[in-house]
Amino acid sequence: MILSPPRAAPEPARAAPRPTAVQRVRRRLSGSGASAAAIVIAVLWTLPTAGLLISSLRPEEQIKTTGWWTFFAEPVLTLRNYDDVLFGGTSQRQLASYFVNSFVIALPTMVFVVVLAALTAYALAWMNFPGRDWIFIGIFALQIVPLQMSLVPLLSLFSDGVTIGTTQVLPPWDLPGAFQFTRVWVAHTIFGLPLGIFLMHNFITQLPKSLIEAARADGAGHGVIFRRIVLPLIVPALVSLSILQFLWGWNDLLVALIFAGGSVEVAPLTVRLAEMAGTRGEEWQRLTAGAFVSMVVPLIVFFSLQRYFVRGLLAGSMKG
Amino acid sequence: MAFDIFAELPKLLWLVIAVAAFLAVIGVLLVAVDGGPRTRYDWWQAACFLTPAGILLLVGLVYPVVRTTVLSFHGPGGDTPVGWDNYVWMFTRPEILLVLRNTLLWVVFAPLLATATGLVYSVLVDRSRYESVAKSLLFMPMAISFVGASIIWKFVYAYRPAGADQIGVLNQLVVWAGGEPRPWLLDGPLNTLLLIVVLIWIQAGFAMVILSAAIKAVPAEIVEAARIDGVNGWQLFWRITLPSIWPTVMVVLITISVQTLKVFDIVRTMTGGQFGTSVIANEMYGQAFRYGQLGHGSALAVFMFVLVIPLVLVQIRNARRTREAQSL
Repeated sequence: MILSPPRAAPEPARAAPRPTAVQRVRRRLSGSGASAAAIVIAVLWTLPTAGLLISSLRPEEQIKTTGWWTFFAEPVLTLRNYDDVLFGGTSQRQLASYFVNSFVIALPTMVFVVVLAALTAYALAWMNFPGRDWIFIGIFALQIVPLQMSLVPLLSLFSDGVTIGTTQVLPPWDLPGAFQFTRVWVAHTIFGLPLGIFLMHNFITQLPKSLIEAARADGAGHGVIFRRIVLPLIVPALVSLSILQFLWGWNDLLVALIFAGGSVEVAPLTVRLAEMAGTRGEEWQRLTAGAFVSMVVPLIVFFSLQRYFVRGLLAGSMKG
Repeated sequence: MAFDIFAELPKLLWLVIAVAAFLAVIGVLLVAVDGGPRTRYDWWQAACFLTPAGILLLVGLVYPVVRTTVLSFHGPGGDTPVGWDNYVWMFTRPEILLVLRNTLLWVVFAPLLATATGLVYSVLVDRSRYESVAKSLLFMPMAISFVGASIIWKFVYAYRPAGADQIGVLNQLVVWAGGEPRPWLLDGPLNTLLLIVVLIWIQAGFAMVILSAAIKAVPAEIVEAARIDGVNGWQLFWRITLPSIWPTVMVVLITISVQTLKVFDIVRTMTGGQFGTSVIANEMYGQAFRYGQLGHGSALAVFMFVLVIPLVLVQIRNARRTREAQSL
């Protein structure tokens, strides 16, 4: 470190000499320069989203012929695009079904990952068995496996089942209708687990050792300790992981493309939107409204639970 | 045809059944765990808690890593061994070399620019009156999907022939500046750079949040002492803030690099990998799942994995060094 902190000085800031007039002017100038730069960046970051939002509310003919900024000269608002994209046309074109699918994919995966991660992390942190550290290192290492390594074998496991020698151990999952979600849930859960366990482990190891040991001494088993003592204490961590996992499930494209296919029965919003962007790239009235439909839920989660979202990211910034 | 709510009921029903069944199994586990024998080691208890996740990870990640590596040495159907042919194919075909070059562009530009933007911005708004609002604006793209973000930017890059009214902001700015509108996403290698902008737009918020936390952790005494010594804002940043948070900067750079290697959604949504914009992740999907070339796809996946490993090793070494420095 370049400077050592002056611990002796009781009130270093207040004792500083008053800045001269010139210094004050210079500081204010550089301060406003900095503010201007910050504002430019903030505008650059917000403008694309704002443009899309405004467009999604303009009538179709206007979106296709004039830029969204002309809205300020002749403001006309309509919810027609949303109505059209959500409920219009044949069922294959209605986003409302895909919206439901996104929920049906994201919610259970969130529950599965959070519960399993908490159980596993607890076992790795507080149970006493040989090889514990090796298992933890193994799971930590699995975080770096790219999804892509797993897609082909996992898909063939689902579609062909498992055969050892000549005996069929697991039958192929030829699932009809709503049961097709099962594959997506299992795939998402597997891919979410390594980071989930790692995050939970970070929190659970920080619990005071004396707490667990006292409960053990009183004769409580691990099941009781986990339910009565650990779970209530790690609620903030559970919320953080839930939010992250929900958003990953909701926002994912690749896993859904491969394990859900593109049918209206199971495909989430992201799959449908990506398809629309490809085949109907010029239907801006549907694309803009559709994009916003897919963003509504994440944005609500983001603005209401931002604190937990940030906490989860901070704890997981080691993610590989 | 109106939206049919009854068509959605089976999905919701299956959702409720699946979650309830899962929780019931976990409930049984929690009871069973304390019913087992009590020995010096918690064998029974550990087995109860670790088995479900253990099976999923073995079946869904450990086995597939081995299997994909094996597949990468086999032909399109996965049954005829072909030796290193798939890797030779990867490094000799011009279209795949283009894919590798694009991935390199992504990994060079996206992490650097996203981290730099996040760093500059977090310093600029640090301790300003509107800090939390200002941070939310930059952070918001983190919450939305890559697909949503891609549509937002597709709209920014939208093109209308010269003379017509532009509907994309970028081309309108060009026209106002006296230039000719261009179909931005069609011309390489500029289009790859324009796709990279989307990832920077998304990830800068992540960099800002992590770096901002690190900046706040710089001891106030050091900053005060420097101010008393007459150090101005610029010098404060270069001599004190940046050296103090350097380990975190590295963590952010590497984390975003790893994310960048796997980028798929942006390319697929914005160009579908056409016009010379494909990257490894997109090509892997195309080869394995659209053209039925399991060998090619697997080789690309293995190559991606090999690229990730050194980044993560650096990451782990950094983390250990930081922890040692903190415990001193």
